[in-house]
Amino acid sequence: MEPAEILSHAGGGAISLAWLMIVLPLAGAAILLIGGRATNKWGHLLGVLMSVGAFVVAALVFFQLIGLDPAQRRQSVNLYEFIPGVANIGLLIDPLSISFCLLITFVGSLIHVYSIGYMSHDPDRRRFFAYLNLFVAAMLLLVLADNYVALFIGWEGVGLASYLLIGFWQYKPSAAVAAKKAFVVNRVGDFGLLIAMFLIFAQFGTLSYAEVFPNAAQASQGVQTAIGLLLLLGACGKSAQLPLQSWLLDAMEGPTPVSALIHAATMVTAGVYLVVRSGAAFFPEGSTAGLVVTIVGVATLLAGAIIGTAKDDIKKGLAGSTMSQIGYMMLAAGIGPAGYAFAIAHLITHGFFKADLFLGAGSVMHAMNDEVDMRRYGGLRKLLPITFATFFIGYLAIIGFPLLSGYFTKDGIIESVMHHNAILGWLAVVGAGITGFYMTRMVVMTFFGPKRWDEKAHPHESPAVMTWPLIILSVFSVGLGAYLILSNRLMVFLGPAVGLPAELPGFHPFSVPGLTTLALVAVGAGIAIAKYGRSEVPVVQPRGSFLTVFARRDLYGDALNEALFMRPGQWLTRLAVFFDNRGIDGVVNGLAAGVGGSSGRLRKIQTGYVRSYALSIFVGAAVLAGAWFVVGTL
Amino acid sequence: MITAPTIEYFALAPLLIIFGAAIIGVLVEAFAPRYLRRAIHVPLTLLSLVGAFALVILQTVRGVPTTPAAMGSVAVDGPTLFIWGTILVLSFVSILLINDEEQFVPSAAAVPGSAEEEKAISEGAAHTEVYPLALFAIGGMLLFPASNDLLIMFVALEVMSLPLYLLCGLARRRRLLSQEASVKYFLLGAFSSAFFLYGTALLYGFAGTVDLYGISRALATAGGTETLLLVGTAMLGVGLLFKIGAAPFQAWKPDVYQGAPTPITALMASGTLVAAFGAVLRVFWVALGNDSWNWQPIMWGVAALTMVVGSILAITQTDIKRMLAYSSIAHAGFLLVGVMAVGDKGQNALALSGLLFYLVTYGITTVGAFAVVTLVRDPGGEAWHLSRWAGLGKRSPKLAGLFAFFLLAFAGIPLTSGFFGKYAVFRSAVALGEGWLTGLVVLAVVASAAAAFFYVRVIVLMFFSDPSADGPTVVTPSWATSAVVGFSAFATVALGVFPQPVLDLAEKAAKSLFVQ
Repeated sequence: MEPAEILSHAGGGAISLAWLMIVLPLAGAAILLIGGRATNKWGHLLGVLMSVGAFVVAALVFFQLIGLDPAQRRQSVNLYEFIPGVANIGLLIDPLSISFCLLITFVGSLIHVYSIGYMSHDPDRRRFFAYLNLFVAAMLLLVLADNYVALFIGWEGVGLASYLLIGFWQYKPSAAVAAKKAFVVNRVGDFGLLIAMFLIFAQFGTLSYAEVFPNAAQASQGVQTAIGLLLLLGACGKSAQLPLQSWLLDAMEGPTPVSALIHAATMVTAGVYLVVRSGAAFFPEGSTAGLVVTIVGVATLLAGAIIGTAKDDIKKGLAGSTMSQIGYMMLAAGIGPAGYAFAIAHLITHGFFKADLFLGAGSVMHAMNDEVDMRRYGGLRKLLPITFATFFIGYLAIIGFPLLSGYFTKDGIIESVMHHNAILGWLAVVGAGITGFYMTRMVVMTFFGPKRWDEKAHPHESPAVMTWPLIILSVFSVGLGAYLILSNRLMVFLGPAVGLPAELPGFHPFSVPGLTTLALVAVGAGIAIAKYGRSEVPVVQPRGSFLTVFARRDLYGDALNEALFMRPGQWLTRLAVFFDNRGIDGVVNGLAAGVGGSSGRLRKIQTGYVRSYALSIFVGAAVLAGAWFVVGTL
Repeated sequence: MITAPTIEYFALAPLLIIFGAAIIGVLVEAFAPRYLRRAIHVPLTLLSLVGAFALVILQTVRGVPTTPAAMGSVAVDGPTLFIWGTILVLSFVSILLINDEEQFVPSAAAVPGSAEEEKAISEGAAHTEVYPLALFAIGGMLLFPASNDLLIMFVALEVMSLPLYLLCGLARRRRLLSQEASVKYFLLGAFSSAFFLYGTALLYGFAGTVDLYGISRALATAGGTETLLLVGTAMLGVGLLFKIGAAPFQAWKPDVYQGAPTPITALMASGTLVAAFGAVLRVFWVALGNDSWNWQPIMWGVAALTMVVGSILAITQTDIKRMLAYSSIAHAGFLLVGVMAVGDKGQNALALSGLLFYLVTYGITTVGAFAVVTLVRDPGGEAWHLSRWAGLGKRSPKLAGLFAFFLLAFAGIPLTSGFFGKYAVFRSAVALGEGWLTGLVVLAVVASAAAAFFYVRVIVLMFFSDPSADGPTVVTPSWATSAVVGFSAFATVALGVFPQPVLDLAEKAAKSLFVQ
């Protein structure tokens, strides 16, 4: 089934108030930033309130939407014309966007609540909440936009919020550098998205989904592929996919709630959203662009998993895992309608269990004086019982333990990819096995075994304001997957937005790939237990084998970037400076000097003498009259 | 027998209110005791502006007249009402700035630095004449773009300019510079008025009338190569181009903007520019619309020269007010691009609405920027030298942030009103579909990029340089100045994110075009 037509909303009901979703958190951010210190006392509460308010609106819109006939479930609410004739600010309410809205506002609200406790000792807590609200507003604009321009504004908005929050503790040089790195790497992706938008505009004369998507097939194959690949470049930047993955690991410098919300549950999935949203138009089934998406996805899911195996920093381990899980989503998104529902289902369940894991890691750090090295943890399960229980549920969900969320969604991806391309499918199975290894390693090193922490640390369970979000997230990590996947609930729901495959897939728990996956996960977990549970974990990181170092160094991604881009870039700069210095009218300085010089020369005309001004007016008038005469009598 | 002329009082009411209030202001100066004058002037001035604005709205709602008023000499039509509304709003905020006594000299007749001046300062003397003078100037601004007749237009030009010449000389600090500016503005203004009048006379010789529509009718039957016509339009053009500060008649602008008291600069840079563009449009579109092939090439050269001169000369300015003056010159060049985009009726409406919108956005941002300038002070007055603004972002981030925002709006960065102003004007020029005008748009965009350089340079200076130890102080703004800055910032954001209502309003105003 093809996606339904985008109707323009006739007005009425919660749908016409959908803009409140964006405006509420935006107002929160504005009040907190402009209000300054005066809002310090209640700033965090306002932040939470605005996020919860957005969730309530999203829920109301959702209920109105499911009350409609499926063919009516794509409604665009035009707010106003932003650039006349080029871009409207309008919202597209459809099953896909509302799924994202619910995820963003629900998980976002929980993380807001959690942050009250996590940031309680930070003097800048108000500013933190302002940025979080800004992020929520921008992310909602991104997913709700009914055209690429508004999407791009949201896209840049989340980038800005991400930059501000990674560098939130900017007095730490590492945080400032990480923020800058995220910004620069994302710029590469954003250029891809921008050029894609230029191409779309040149081809279709509009950037609105309602006009672009139905006509996409009229563009030539080459243009369609080019747009697809450029959109993918944008997606890779935002979603930390190869080759633009390097920023995500460093982004863990930000406060942990940020890692949970932005760099795990929501923002980094924007790339998947972009691919799925544009899927029917620019990544149709069997297209080159779609194939490249699947390759990027599989490469990233393996790379992320391998990086995760060697990290001792609990947050970086989770970051590698995030890359890997988003790789799964990309992989599914690349195969067309058969995969979209699984990509989104995995995206949603991942949003819950990864937020759960990150917040759990935050809770552990909170208990351990911000220590992040797992080699200095150990045996924490008795001291942090709630954190342990919720983290463990998140762990079971992510490795795909039967009947938990991740089991259904990841298995769905593997099954659907298997039908599409067996090689990619088996690679995804291998990735699942590695996931079993690195996640088990993380749990064992943190919660089991002897304690390896300093005598000075006094681990304690976090306050209720932090544990309750964990409990809620873990409940969803258990049951959400089954709810979404069984009887194809999400797939049918998303059908009007992204299209349905020719035949709906069944649920086959005992297929060969499914069983193999389980077996490989068990093997991975077993190795991890054998290696880290049975034998002593050294407190100081050992040198490790060649392969360990390879993974620990992020597969030399940074070294590659440095060798390929940074050094040639610096070399080029030096070359330019050299030429610039040699010839005074060098390419770069010459123009500026030329303009400045002529400015200086022209400035001499401005003598300050009124007689010379009058003369210039007189001469000007004479020239004008002469010109008029020449033109007139010509 | 001479019949009394018919006067449409309702259509002319906004004008009459402003002039009436100005005359009452003069009477207040004559009869009210010194200590009461300010207390009377400020509410009187502000109320008259509000009243006039309310009448403009009432007229817009009631329906725009389709024939000129006062025996065909004043045209109150859609564009006029829009321009009136704009000028009245800009004047209102400028008057709030003028309300700051600190800006004006206590006794203009006292020699700068003399004992007499000391005495005036210690007595707390003040020239409350600024209010009626400003009102007369505002009245002239209202009449200038509404004149449907070259002689009325000339009278309006003088009514507008003469009070401004005076007001320019009343700065409290750097008084010599201020007086110099005043004299220069007067001399050059008089010079350009002579051109205007000479052009009027020649056109009368050509058409036998000074009525704009009459000239247009005469053109329809003429060959278009008559000497009287060609030289007449050139002379008239010089007078008008002088007022908007187009090159090569821009020389007065930086000197006058720099020397005048900053609130007066704000009034001139916003209100006068809007009024002068209204007049330019009326003359070139109504009277000379049938002759566009003759004036477009020359206007092309003037516009190109104006934006190039404005953008390039701004780069080496070290005085913040001079820099803004050159920026104003560059903007005049961009606006001229729209003036040339005449074609059929739909095209004219498109170009006119773009210009009207641009004038609103530019005027508001300009007042805001000058309001910020009044707040950054050295012991000797405003911190005029750009180097003094270094590191302002670290001392008072909010003010510097607002100023940076206004500068970005001048540069035309998206999500500010300046972007849509430029967009609307350039779009209409491209829509004409003529290569020569599209080429000029390309030049305008390049000039905008060059102009962005000196705006961003100030931002870099404010935020990325270290403040000097004895840097300027940022005075706590009065409620009036805060209101002006707040309003300008709000409007600059609102028109940048949500331009449609004002664009619609401009479109509606433009649709009726000028009455004839």
